[in-house]
Amino acid sequence: MLKSNSGESTNVVGKMVKRVDALEKVNGCARFAADIAFDGQIYCALVIAEKPHGILRSIDVSLASKMEGVEAVFTWRDIPGDNQLGEAIKDMPCLVKEGEKIRYWGDVVAVVAARDRISAENAAKSVRLDIEDLEPVLSIEEALEDRIKIHGGSNVKVTKLIRKGDPETVIKNSKEVFEGEFYAHYQEQAYMEPQGITVVPDLDYGYTVYGTMQCPYYVQSAVAHVLGLPMNRIRVIQTETGGAFGGKEDVPSYVASYAAVAAFNLKRPARLIYSREIDIQTTSKRHPIKSFYRVAMDGKKIKAIEVMAYMDMGAYATLTPIVMFRTLVHAAGAYDIENVNVDVYGVYTNKVPPGAFRGFGSPQVLFAVESMIDDIAWKLRIDPMELREENTLRPGSRTSTDHLIVESVGAPETLARVKESSHWKDLVKECIEFNRANEDKKRGAGLSHIFYGVSLGAGGQALDKSGAHVLINRDGSVEVRIGGTEMGQGAKTVIAMMAAEELGQRMERILVHQPDTAFVPDSGPTVASRTTIYSGNAVRRACITLKGKLISVFYDLFNSRPDKVKFCQGEVSDGEGRAISFDRLVDAAYVRNVKLFEAGWYDTPKLSFDMENGLGEAYVTYSYASQVVQVEVDMATGSTKVLKGFTAHDVGKAVNPDGVIGQIQGGFAQGMGYALYEDLKLRNGKIISDNFNTYIIPTIHEVPPELVIDIVEDAFSEGPYGAKGIGEPSLMPVPASVANAVSMAIGKRVRQIPVTPEYVLGLIEKKTD
Amino acid sequence: MKIDFKVNGRDYSLEVREDMRLLDFLREELKLTGTKEGCGEGECGACTVIIDGKAVNSCLVLVPEIDGREVITVEGLERDGRLHPLQESFIEKGAVQCGFCTPGMLMSAKALLDGNADPSDEEIMEAIEGNLCRCTGYYKIVQAIRDAAGKLRNGKA
Ligand code: FES
Ligand code: FES
Repeated sequence: MLKSNSGESTNVVGKMVKRVDALEKVNGCARFAADIAFDGQIYCALVIAEKPHGILRSIDVSLASKMEGVEAVFTWRDIPGDNQLGEAIKDMPCLVKEGEKIRYWGDVVAVVAARDRISAENAAKSVRLDIEDLEPVLSIEEALEDRIKIHGGSNVKVTKLIRKGDPETVIKNSKEVFEGEFYAHYQEQAYMEPQGITVVPDLDYGYTVYGTMQCPYYVQSAVAHVLGLPMNRIRVIQTETGGAFGGKEDVPSYVASYAAVAAFNLKRPARLIYSREIDIQTTSKRHPIKSFYRVAMDGKKIKAIEVMAYMDMGAYATLTPIVMFRTLVHAAGAYDIENVNVDVYGVYTNKVPPGAFRGFGSPQVLFAVESMIDDIAWKLRIDPMELREENTLRPGSRTSTDHLIVESVGAPETLARVKESSHWKDLVKECIEFNRANEDKKRGAGLSHIFYGVSLGAGGQALDKSGAHVLINRDGSVEVRIGGTEMGQGAKTVIAMMAAEELGQRMERILVHQPDTAFVPDSGPTVASRTTIYSGNAVRRACITLKGKLISVFYDLFNSRPDKVKFCQGEVSDGEGRAISFDRLVDAAYVRNVKLFEAGWYDTPKLSFDMENGLGEAYVTYSYASQVVQVEVDMATGSTKVLKGFTAHDVGKAVNPDGVIGQIQGGFAQGMGYALYEDLKLRNGKIISDNFNTYIIPTIHEVPPELVIDIVEDAFSEGPYGAKGIGEPSLMPVPASVANAVSMAIGKRVRQIPVTPEYVLGLIEKKTD
Repeated sequence: MKIDFKVNGRDYSLEVREDMRLLDFLREELKLTGTKEGCGEGECGACTVIIDGKAVNSCLVLVPEIDGREVITVEGLERDGRLHPLQESFIEKGAVQCGFCTPGMLMSAKALLDGNADPSDEEIMEAIEGNLCRCTGYYKIVQAIRDAAGKLRNGKA
């Protein structure tokens, strides 16, 4: 077990540093997926079904293949391996076969390869598809009827549950029972860099895949599968990645597979860069979730909770079974409740398959449960802050899955922090007074309180490991290779900091390479806010071994006592006057033939979990957050503006404090977009808000000027220096705090997100709550 | 058709395709891939370049339109191997995360500061309102632009 050394003094960890990848990103040198080019490359474009449901009768490529600049048009017949994609359930074809079903608008039927992008796109439009229409299933309700079956069997494909205590009896016998129904809509990741991959026939007689992605190992296995090649013939190198947020978890495996079919058949580099429209129309989103809550109270104590949640998983299961585990565990919120029943269902519809997105199935239900708690506080006339303080998780509490948590439970502290920073009581009062004096504008203060299970948890233990490779060159410069990816979140910087900390070398002498499957073994996906802990621990282990060897060399040189040798920022000394630079010490090691490369490995602490009843250790640890926002609603237009935000996050340890703050700010803006503005519009299964003129994400004008951030550091003993991860928890409290603030402002309970102006106006006009 | 223009201080006189977007021309013909495409519709600002002092979306400009004009891209920000104060401040203030919006942000900010050495917060906000960033929430970007403006005013650059 790797013990955290939080509390000990550090050289780099916890300090303000410059991002290691910032220079190349400000001078235009950073190479993203579309910025690399290969001799003889061809451009690919996709032919998509453009029908929500049907049978593909025929594919006519005769016109398209004769067009100017077109090299070839590939269909299912050209797939050398298995025509099968899908991470968890193999229900999705790579290219739909004639005679088989079209299940959503974005089903891919053919890949056009041409000399340039425009020729490829024009030819793609000229491929004629004969599709026999079938009636589509376009809502969760229709899917549940099971009248039309999208995959033959029932549309309800996956379910998970928690059975803790006996909520049914408690609710039946309780006087204070509350009910609520909530709906959270899609959210598009809207990373600024669209999907993009180039597949290149390589020197090892296989294929090297370059592109924007989160999970190189997923891409490697998908391409090997589709091409019918062993994995050792597929090498995946991540290019600079312009944001991902979950949207580049499984999707790049599909993008790479389409491009690979072209590269394989033409034996030329094949490049496939999505337009924004194709990206939004065909790739994953946050799942729409409809949920129903029943809660029994005893005074201020939550006695029992029952949750039913339905996830729209679109045409294919993709990551839904994994996402669902997080929905399940987080549905009852960050509270210690004795009696919990949760049922989550994933249903097929003829729409885009949602997948991973920052928070991974939890923000939807956290919005619901936090709205529920708020509503109860309101109805019982209890301060919402106090209600949360009464019920929150503390050391010694049991989570919804009956996981006894004993350490690193900063939940109450996050509540205390926002209570203080927002001057909660005064803020509420200020809103009430404002509303008394104003008719056309109303203000509200909203609170939310959440927890987040770190890393993959009991549902994903088999993937939860990470490798690293650390090499010290003769000149003392250090090369670090990890399997976790940088997509903007700052992974490379945190890893460089940890390597610098453990080795005692200066940070600028450390290079963290782009992930390459040829150098680091399968390290699981870069998701679930796990990189700092998993890749970080693997790097630390390798560095600790290397440092041990350098200490021996120091001893050899100076005869100093090994326990006295100190490494600091490129200098090594024994405190008694003997000293040498790190670089010269390395040189001395080289002439002594010391092996200065090491592999590091970290796998997850084992979790004991009973899947049948949803009980046990769901995650290795949990992060916590509390948030207060103040909003102003324009009563005439229904539009909402966030005026101020106060947010507190227990991250265990902020290894890179500046990076943590950046994550929280970005997550706040993204969560606010989800809560208020980002309204994905569909017509007959087609996404019509497919660019930024119709799918509105926050600009500089929407973010509140004042966002107060508090970082709580309640150390996690397995985490490097106590760290737990922040990527996702930064977004998770926002939809709920905003919704609760709007509810207070208008005096009606918000039950769906996004809280669009039309929805607000509808609520205002409604007679009852 | 043949046109004359300047990019990042260098003069060109070239035969160009009339229907080509400036964005593609910069990226594919001049190999200046620092300018990014995020939407192709004039909505995201990732493709922002400066033409004759004004920030424009290069995905909405056809190459012939730059005839006789001067274009500056992110690659043209450095002077004599030294970073522009905006680039420095973006690094120092943590205004860069994934970096995909960064070149466009820098160009919008440069167009602002070139014409206004002491912008108010409102003016900064206006200057980058057409530049979407999904990573940062804009906080550190505004801070960086403010910081760079200060450096320029104090002649520290
Ligand atoms: S690519 Fe030009 S504005 Fe988005
Ligand atoms: S830094 Fe990623 S979009 Fe701005």
